[in-house]
Amino acid sequence: MIQADHLTKEYGLFRAVDDVSFRVERGEIVGLLGPNGSGKTTIMRMLTGFFAPTSGSCSIDGVDIRKDPLQARRLIGYLPERVALYPDMSVQGFLSFIAKVRGVEGRVASAVEEAMDVCGLTSMRRRQIGKLSKGYKQRVGIAQAIIHQPQILILDEPTVGLDPRQIVEIRSLIRTLSGLATVLLSTHILPEVSVTCRRVLILDQGKLIAEDTVEGLTEKTAGRGETSVRVSGPEAAVLAAVRETTGVESAEVTERARAGILTLTVRSRSGSAVRSHLVRVLVERGWEVHEVSPRLLSLEDLFVEILERSGREERTA
Amino acid sequence: MKPFLALLAKELRGFFASPLVYFVGAVFLALSGYYFYTNLNAFITFGFGESIVEHLWQRLYADIVRVVITVIPLVTMRVYAEEKHLGTVELLYTAPLRDFEILASKYLACMSVFALLIGATVLYPILIYRVEAFDLSHVGAIYLGLFLLISAMVSIGIFLSSLTETQLIAAVFTFGSILLLWNLSWNEAAVPGDWLGLVSQICAYDHFEPFARGVVDLKDVAYFLALTTLMGWLTMRSMESRQWSGRR
Repeated sequence: MIQADHLTKEYGLFRAVDDVSFRVERGEIVGLLGPNGSGKTTIMRMLTGFFAPTSGSCSIDGVDIRKDPLQARRLIGYLPERVALYPDMSVQGFLSFIAKVRGVEGRVASAVEEAMDVCGLTSMRRRQIGKLSKGYKQRVGIAQAIIHQPQILILDEPTVGLDPRQIVEIRSLIRTLSGLATVLLSTHILPEVSVTCRRVLILDQGKLIAEDTVEGLTEKTAGRGETSVRVSGPEAAVLAAVRETTGVESAEVTERARAGILTLTVRSRSGSAVRSHLVRVLVERGWEVHEVSPRLLSLEDLFVEILERSGREERTA
Repeated sequence: MKPFLALLAKELRGFFASPLVYFVGAVFLALSGYYFYTNLNAFITFGFGESIVEHLWQRLYADIVRVVITVIPLVTMRVYAEEKHLGTVELLYTAPLRDFEILASKYLACMSVFALLIGATVLYPILIYRVEAFDLSHVGAIYLGLFLLISAMVSIGIFLSSLTETQLIAAVFTFGSILLLWNLSWNEAAVPGDWLGLVSQICAYDHFEPFARGVVDLKDVAYFLALTTLMGWLTMRSMESRQWSGRR
């Protein structure tokens, strides 16, 4: 269990984290979502005791990180934002160093084997860390975080800088870990949380602006009912036809490609019904339809959405 | 104890698995060997039959201290600066380790490097002793002084390494600091009268010189131990400051 109570961190006049409170229950897997500079890393550094909060407190399984740092740190496995490894050590050498420093008693060798096995590093055991690809380095970072089988895992941007295949691998690795530990991970990529997490905390400029389940978040991201349409045809006629389609509130051309393909953003109340209408209308006119798809909100759009909502709620209240 | 030993092994590996320490060792041994030869030559030519302590050992070890001052920054520069540069401080300081254990492992690793280098110079008194026996307690006092002096200077280097993530900056400032500390009182006439007492209290040379004469004075021992402790304390505070400043 991770508990943060009114965490605040100030760097001089700059308030990096502003009165953030949350709780991650045992066995939960929670995402900390926010753009770069929103305070994710600072929160994680306070949770791991690397930074001290200006005010507020946090505890790991009931152990206050400031009052009993050694005991609290024992419970945590931590992947720092910038994967920090000793480049001249071998994978195996590094992991057994971490195992010993982490106080894995007696069974260092088997702990190292297990961590390498889980993270797919067995074939790289003798390789120098400095010579590994970025994806493998990230795996070494995760392996060192889980080597002492911690109850709490704190992962700062675990998939940043990886290629798409590696991202899929690391995400499935995190999902397998979620059965074993409480996981808090940070990301600035919106789809990442929906794939890996069950609950999400949304940060903006150091403030916790929303807390939601992934289902709720998906609803929000699809909530605006925007549809993206790519079609070949005369611009004016296409626009007129789309605007006349039942259910469409507004439509505008957002891109004109060289091959005569127009990209339109169509706004409507109910996304799915409008999309089938649109396809029929466009095909009947004999225009070539390349794509009709729901437009998901970007992280920035989501923030606008959340802030607008809370604004509306305040006004109605 | 076990985590500490792992930490110490990692620090030692950091030195002995990289080529730098071997180059530093080669330069140190070449220079100290040269000073041994030239001092011995001078002793035989001009001072034979006079006090061997005054005319050979005292001069030889003053020269060796000069070489030690040159190589200390090269050994201590990496200890914290490299960890900060790699970001591995974050691993060490979020592991269940006491800050003091981290410092102690780094200090002991540096001291082991110098134990090897200084240990090799014991060859010189052994060679002479075989030709002509002399009072060994003098040389013993010199080695005690050397150990204390190196301990204090290494601690200064470690502290300065904890302030930066650039090794070269740590090395330059360490060299400047320990050279000044060694030479501070060299021209007593340049120091205003009232200040002379204080300056020679601070100056490392003034506290090492009695050892070179074969005199072990508790106040000199205390000076070097106090300096080592003070620098260790400052290093701990400097590493703690990340928690408040937000800089690693």
